[in-house]
Amino acid sequence: MTRNGKSNGASSNGGKGNSDVRWFGQKLKRKEDPRLIKGISHYTDDFKPAGMLHCAFTRSPHAHAQIKSIRIDAARALPGVVAVFTAEDTTGIGPVPCAIQMPDLKVPSHPVLATGRVRYVGEPVAVIVAEDLYTARDAAELVEVDYEPLPVVTDMEKALGKDTPHVHEEFKSNQAFTHSLKNGDVDAAFKKADRIVKQRMINQRLAPIAMETRGVLAEYLPGENRLTVWSSTQIPHLLKTQISLLVGLPETAVRVIAPEVGGGFGSKLNVYGEEGIVPWLAMKLGRPVKWAETRRENFLATIHGRDTINYVELALKKNGTILGLRARILADLGAYHQLLTPLIPQLTALMHAGCYKIPAIQIDIVGVFTNKMSTDAYRGAGRPEATYNVERIMDIAAHELGMDAAEFRLKNFPQPNEFPYTTITGLTYDSAKYQESLKKALKLAEYDNLRRRQKTGLKEGKYYGVGVSTYVEICAIGPSAATPAGGWESGTVRIEPTGKVTLLTGASPHGQGEETTFAQLIADELGIDPQDVNVVHGDTMAVPYGIGTFGSRATAVGGTAAYMAAQKLKAKMSTLAAHLLGVKPADITIGRGRLTADGGKKSILFGDLVLSAYTARNIPPGFEPGMEATHFFEPSNFTFPFGCHICSVEVDAETGEVKIDKYVAVDDCGNVINPMLVNGQIHGGIAQGLGQAMWEELIYNDDGQLLTGTLMDYALPKAHCLPEFTLGSTVTPSPVNPMGVKGVGEAGTIASTPCAVNAVCDALAHLGVRHIEMPLKPERVWRAIRQAQSSGPKSESTKSKPPAKATSNARRPRA
Amino acid sequence: MKKKITININGVQRSAEVEPRLLLVHFLRENAALTGTHIGCETSLCGACTVLMDGRAVKSCTVLAVQADGRSVTTVEGLATGDQLHPLQDGFWEEHGLQCGFCTPGMIMCSHDLLDRQPNPSDSDIRQALNGNVCRCTGYQNIVAAVRNASRKMSKPVAARAGAR
Repeated sequence: MTRNGKSNGASSNGGKGNSDVRWFGQKLKRKEDPRLIKGISHYTDDFKPAGMLHCAFTRSPHAHAQIKSIRIDAARALPGVVAVFTAEDTTGIGPVPCAIQMPDLKVPSHPVLATGRVRYVGEPVAVIVAEDLYTARDAAELVEVDYEPLPVVTDMEKALGKDTPHVHEEFKSNQAFTHSLKNGDVDAAFKKADRIVKQRMINQRLAPIAMETRGVLAEYLPGENRLTVWSSTQIPHLLKTQISLLVGLPETAVRVIAPEVGGGFGSKLNVYGEEGIVPWLAMKLGRPVKWAETRRENFLATIHGRDTINYVELALKKNGTILGLRARILADLGAYHQLLTPLIPQLTALMHAGCYKIPAIQIDIVGVFTNKMSTDAYRGAGRPEATYNVERIMDIAAHELGMDAAEFRLKNFPQPNEFPYTTITGLTYDSAKYQESLKKALKLAEYDNLRRRQKTGLKEGKYYGVGVSTYVEICAIGPSAATPAGGWESGTVRIEPTGKVTLLTGASPHGQGEETTFAQLIADELGIDPQDVNVVHGDTMAVPYGIGTFGSRATAVGGTAAYMAAQKLKAKMSTLAAHLLGVKPADITIGRGRLTADGGKKSILFGDLVLSAYTARNIPPGFEPGMEATHFFEPSNFTFPFGCHICSVEVDAETGEVKIDKYVAVDDCGNVINPMLVNGQIHGGIAQGLGQAMWEELIYNDDGQLLTGTLMDYALPKAHCLPEFTLGSTVTPSPVNPMGVKGVGEAGTIASTPCAVNAVCDALAHLGVRHIEMPLKPERVWRAIRQAQSSGPKSESTKSKPPAKATSNARRPRA
Repeated sequence: MKKKITININGVQRSAEVEPRLLLVHFLRENAALTGTHIGCETSLCGACTVLMDGRAVKSCTVLAVQADGRSVTTVEGLATGDQLHPLQDGFWEEHGLQCGFCTPGMIMCSHDLLDRQPNPSDSDIRQALNGNVCRCTGYQNIVAAVRNASRKMSKPVAARAGAR
C-alpha cells in the first residue's frame, strides 16, 4: 500500500488503517519487479557513458603451452582499434587475488594476462580496445600468438601420480594443499563395525551459468582522481578494495557499483583479472571502457563449481546405528586459485556430519592443480558435495542393511532437545527438528503409496524409485573468525526529513529480493509502510562498507544488521518523542505512523517527530540532530537450515530415461519474512540441484579442451524437463539472531542432487545397481542396467580398508 | 557497404545505415537504446533476447538487423501502455515469476507469442513453449504460473479486466 492508497499487493491483509498488520511474514509483491518486467532496469552492459570504448580478449586455445611470441601488428592496424595490450604492458596490475591462507597451500602467481605460459583454455593473453564491439572482437582474432604446446594434465588422480606434467613447474607437484579433519576414535569405530559401507563417488564439474554473464565498465576522471567501476558482482565493497590494490589507486578514489546483477550463484563472488584490466584501460586511455563477457568466455573463464572425487566409508552396527564416517576427497582446483578456490573443499569437510549423530569422523582432502579453469564457490559451495557424499552413503547403507531409507535416517538423527548440537566436525547446530521435517515430507509425498507403487510396478516390469534426502546446511556466513574477509554485515537506516526511509545495506542482492524483504522488516520496526522504505545496495559510495551476498547470508546477517540499526533508531526516536511529549523514553510506544505514551493519551505523528529531529530547534540536551543509525552486525554463529526432500522417479529400463514424477520439499529456514520469495529460492535451488543430478556436466578432454562449453552442449534444465514442485515447511527459529531467520538461498541445490540420485539408484537396486555417477544421462543409466543384468547383484562393501591414497592409474569409472 | 534500413520498433519508425552483419539485438540495444532486450548467449540458445517480429517471437541475436528491414518489432519496452502493465507483466509480478530479471523480457515475449497462438495453454503447453528460454533462478514453476495468470486475465473481456484492477 502506498500513501495514496494504491494497492501493491500484500496478498492477504495489510493496508493503511489496519494497525495490527505485520509485514514480516507477508507475501508482498516485489518492489524491484516493475523496472525488471518493463525492461527499464540497468545491468552493467546497459550503461554507455559518452566516449565509451569496447574491449575484447584474445584467449588461449591451448590448455598448456609456452608463449613463444605474440604479434599484435595486424590487430592494431585494424581501423577502429585504439589499443592492444599483452602481459608485458600489464605487469603493474595484479595479481589476481586469492583470499585463503593455509599452512601448506601452494599459491601460484596469477597474472591478469598470461605471462610466458598459458595453463588453461580460455586464459586471457591479450586485450583489445576499439571504438565498437564488432571491431574489438575482429581484432581479437587478429592477434597472432605462437604457442609451443606442453603436456596437459586434466585428470586429478593422474595429476597426483609420478610421471605427470606439472601445471606449475616451480612446485614440482600438482598437489596444492592437504586438509584433514579428524575427531573421535575413527579406527576403533571401523574395527568394531558390524558392517562397513564404501562408495567412490564423483561430484562432477559444473558451470554456474548466471543468465547475465560477467561485465565490467570503468570510467576514470583524472581531475577528481575518481575511478568508477560498474561490475556484475556479488561483492562490491570487497571488489573496491581489491581493485584499488590491483590498479594501485588509493581505495578512496575507487567507487564500485553493482547495478542490476543478473544472477551470480557464487560465480560473481570473486575478483577476476578483467576487473583489474578494464579499470586500468580506462585510466590509461582516458576514456570509459566496457567489457561484456560472451557466453563462450563465461564457460571457459568464469569459475566452475564442484569437481571432486570422493571415497566415502560408513561404519555401522547391524541395527543401523552409525559408528563412524571416513572420506578421502580429491578436489580439482584448476590451474590457478581464484578468490576462495582452496576454501570450498574445507567447507565440504566441515559438513560431513550431515544431520546425523556420528561419533567418529575423518576427512582427508587433497587439492589438485590441473590444466582447467579454477573451481570456486558455486551455489552451495562445498556443502552440496558433503551432502551428496553423506546422503548417498546413508542410502546405500540403508539398502545394504535392508532398512527403509527414512527409518534409517530417523534412527540416527539427534533429538530436538539435544540442540544446540555440537557435531563431530566441531560445528554447533543452532536449532532443528529433523524428525518433524522428515515425517512431514513423508506425509506430503504419500511415501507409503510410493513404496506400494514401487512394489506393484516391479510386477509389471516398471522401475519406480523413491529418493529421500535429509540435509542440513551452514548459512549466514558467518562469524568473522571463520571467514577470510570478515563475516559481518552493515546496515544503515536513515529516515529522511519527509519521513521516507532509506536503508543502506552492505548485502548485494542480485535476484533474491531484499529490496522487498528488508523493506518489510524495517517497516515493521518503524511503524511505516514498506513502500516508504527504499533499500539501497551495491554502490560503495552510498553504502558503508559491507561484505556482500553469498552463503545464504543476506537476510540472516545483512537483514539483522538492518534490524539492529532500526533498534538504535527506535531508541533515538523514543528519546526525542519523550522529550517532546514530556514523558520518559521507556513510556514511548512506536505504533503505525505515530508514537504514543500514556496509553495513547499523548502522541506525536511519525512525520512530525522526524522533522523535528532535523529542524533540531527543540531537542533534548546532547541529542544528535538527524535520524540515522548504523549497525555492523557480527554473528555469533552460523545458522543451520535443514529439511527433507523426497522425489519419485520412473526409469525406462529400455532407454535408461528417467522421469521425475513427484518432487516434495520440506524446508526449514527459521522465521520467514516473505514466503513467496522463500519458495522462489527453493524452486530455483531444486532446479539447479536436479540439473547436476540429471543433465549438467563440464567435460574436458585429455587435451584440456572444454567439450561442453556452449549452451548447446551443456544441458541446463529447461521448463519442460522439470516437474511441479510441492513445497512444505517447518519453522524452527534460529537463536543466533533476533529475527530467528536462517537463510534459504542454497538449500534446494544442496538437498535435491542426492535426492534424485537416491531415487534412481533405488529404482534399480533390485537389479544390483548400487551407484551411478552424475549426471544420470539415459546412456549412463542404461549402461548401469545392462551391466547389472549381466553381472548380477554385487556389493562393494567389505570389512577391508580403503586405498590409503589414490593410485596414479585410477580412472574415472564408466557409469 | 552499409545498408539503410527502416524498422518499426514499438510503433516508432527507426532508420539507420548499418553494417550487413549487425545483429538485430545490437541494433535494438545500441541504435534504438532499448536495453530491455538482453544478450545471454549470442547463439539463440538462451532466449534472453527474444522479441516479436511481425508478432512472432524471434531470437534477436540470430536475426540480422537487415532482415528486419521493413518489419515491425516489439520489445519488452513496448508492452506496457503508460502505467498500465501488459497482463503478462502483471502475471510475472503477481506470481513471482522472476528473480534476477535477466531472462524475464525474453520469457515475457516468448509467452506473448504462445498466448497469441494459444490463448488457454495447459501447463505442459507453457513448459514446451518456453523450451528455448533459459531461467537459472526460478526453476520455472512461477513462470508457468505467471503465464497461466496472464492467460486467465487475457481471456476475460476487456471491460471486466479493467474493472478488476
